[in-house]
Amino acid sequence: MDVGTLAFSALYQFGDAFAFLVLSACGLAVIFGMMGVINLAHGEFIMCGAYVTVSAAHAGVPLPLAILLGAVVSGLVGAVVEIVVIRHLYDRPLDTIVATWGLSLIGTQGTLILLGSTMAGVGTPFGSFSVGGYSYSVYRLVLFVMAVVVLGGLYALFNWTRFGVMARATIQVPHMAAALGVDTRLVYSLTFALGAGLAGLAGGLYAPTMTLVPTMGTTFIMEAFVTVVVGGADVFLGTAPAAALLAVVKATMTSWYGQLFGQIGLLVAVIIVIRVLPRGISGLLLRERA
Amino acid sequence: MNALTRFFRRLEGPQTLGRGPLFWLGFVVAVACAMAYPLVSDGYTVGNTVYFFTWIFMALGLCLIWGYGGSLSFGQTAFFGIAGYSYGILTINFGAAYGFTFIALVFAVMLAALFAALIGYFLFFGRISGVFLGIVTLSVTLVLERFMAQTAGPEWKIGSARLNGFNGMSNMPPLTLPWPGGDIVLFPDVELYYVVLAMLVVIYLALRILVNSRFGNVLVAIRENPERAEMLGYDIRKYQLGTFVIGAALAGLSGVLYTSWGQYITPSSMGMTAAALPIVWVAVGGRSDLTTTLIGTVTVLAVFQALTIHGSQYALVVMGAMLVLTVLLAPSGLIFALARLVARPFAKRQPGDV
Repeated sequence: MDVGTLAFSALYQFGDAFAFLVLSACGLAVIFGMMGVINLAHGEFIMCGAYVTVSAAHAGVPLPLAILLGAVVSGLVGAVVEIVVIRHLYDRPLDTIVATWGLSLIGTQGTLILLGSTMAGVGTPFGSFSVGGYSYSVYRLVLFVMAVVVLGGLYALFNWTRFGVMARATIQVPHMAAALGVDTRLVYSLTFALGAGLAGLAGGLYAPTMTLVPTMGTTFIMEAFVTVVVGGADVFLGTAPAAALLAVVKATMTSWYGQLFGQIGLLVAVIIVIRVLPRGISGLLLRERA
Repeated sequence: MNALTRFFRRLEGPQTLGRGPLFWLGFVVAVACAMAYPLVSDGYTVGNTVYFFTWIFMALGLCLIWGYGGSLSFGQTAFFGIAGYSYGILTINFGAAYGFTFIALVFAVMLAALFAALIGYFLFFGRISGVFLGIVTLSVTLVLERFMAQTAGPEWKIGSARLNGFNGMSNMPPLTLPWPGGDIVLFPDVELYYVVLAMLVVIYLALRILVNSRFGNVLVAIRENPERAEMLGYDIRKYQLGTFVIGAALAGLSGVLYTSWGQYITPSSMGMTAAALPIVWVAVGGRSDLTTTLIGTVTVLAVFQALTIHGSQYALVVMGAMLVLTVLLAPSGLIFALARLVARPFAKRQPGDV
């Protein structure tokens, strides 16, 4: 194997890991960064997105539309959850985790009861290509592109739109934003729905690559947690660099010892990072900038 | 007599509910009822009751960490699993003769505590608190579960103990008391019931002494306001770490007793669902007091058991709903909410009350 193939293989694995970390974490990061709430039902929103996507695809909807539908349905469910439960708990962040964990139990077990232990999936689209005798899935490249698109889209949303301005005002000084006429309750609801929708998008995008089981959310949440903890409260200065850093760790460990050691590597990395940088990467970057 | 009164005085204090002769009379009656229970029941039912009891240690440990210390640990099942597996590995390798099972119990609990000390050092000395503490400890549990789940191959064995991957380890000897005239093997039956009940009473009283001591007062001060406690000169990191290790050791004790009870331990006893259950037990009863935690845990476990028998798949949904409703409607726990409801008509109105 020559150097070029080796480099491509490493780059491909890095991109794959990066996409997985960004997509699974960004919904959690948006909710945490904007509202200080850790949504333990994140995995269930991902599962929701995946199930809706696959059901729609089985019903004949083209896959891209089905994925979009999965994201939208998750977002709507998220809005309902925010209105019914989360809204009442903003002054008690620890209780929010506990309550969302309750929702997660209900979500997983409810899906198991209603839809059974597994669901027929859809095949991975686009087939594969080969470089230097090794074959690679095209869809993984699409996922990487989607991760970059999601990051860019979030940047545009929070910096260039009216909603973004109101959302940032609401995080900085909620009562001042409210005094200036921003409906902060609506902003919180929309932000939570956005986070849930992004989780659904991740589920929809990864649905063709994995088996659909009610507990599939747990495949994502550990990576999502780790990325958010390492990244800290800011989506762009935190989640993106954290995902890049952790993707190196994960891709290296995975290609040497396998999937599980990729995860163990992530966990060790996060424990070391929080010992050195308790406020995450964004804490470090923002402190230097301030 | 003097020593006895001093002992009793240390059991009471500002950090625990229940004091005075009436409470302790009730306590003695409760223990007496628990001791008489096997007389009116059969061995099989008593064995199942022990199963409830094994979980209470983990709940009390979480009550100490979360209710008293204010740090939310989601990783209690990790310590449960580590101790359970350690007990299995040790006893399968060295057998049950000469009371070794109890030495294995001590080693397993110590291993869990050691692991907690290692993790806790990074967390508390990195000044991680609040939500991050919860998700890091949960991540540890999930990774540990996945690690154990992939140990199916024959290369994963320690001594003669196969780890057996997702199917779990089984056939380790149960706890065995060395006794003149033949060892007493503690199968889930009346003997094990009395041993575990004795452990429970001892640990409940010991924890009462602990939380009412200087240590407990500092702990509650940290929960109420970490900065203030620090300004008063306490190294809050050491107190938090100490609490975390004690809580982990109690979770480990649960793990050992569970493994010995069923001669069985699986990776899923550490998974996402398993990790949520201790939170439910502790939150529903009232996490800020040992006694309410104890009562809450037994009640929730009994409800869970009844639901599992009648409609197995809905039990977890009910648990989740119970957790959400408790947090929304009675944040300090159902027992406190009920007490407030009962006490309201009798309470004197304070100036400023609405």
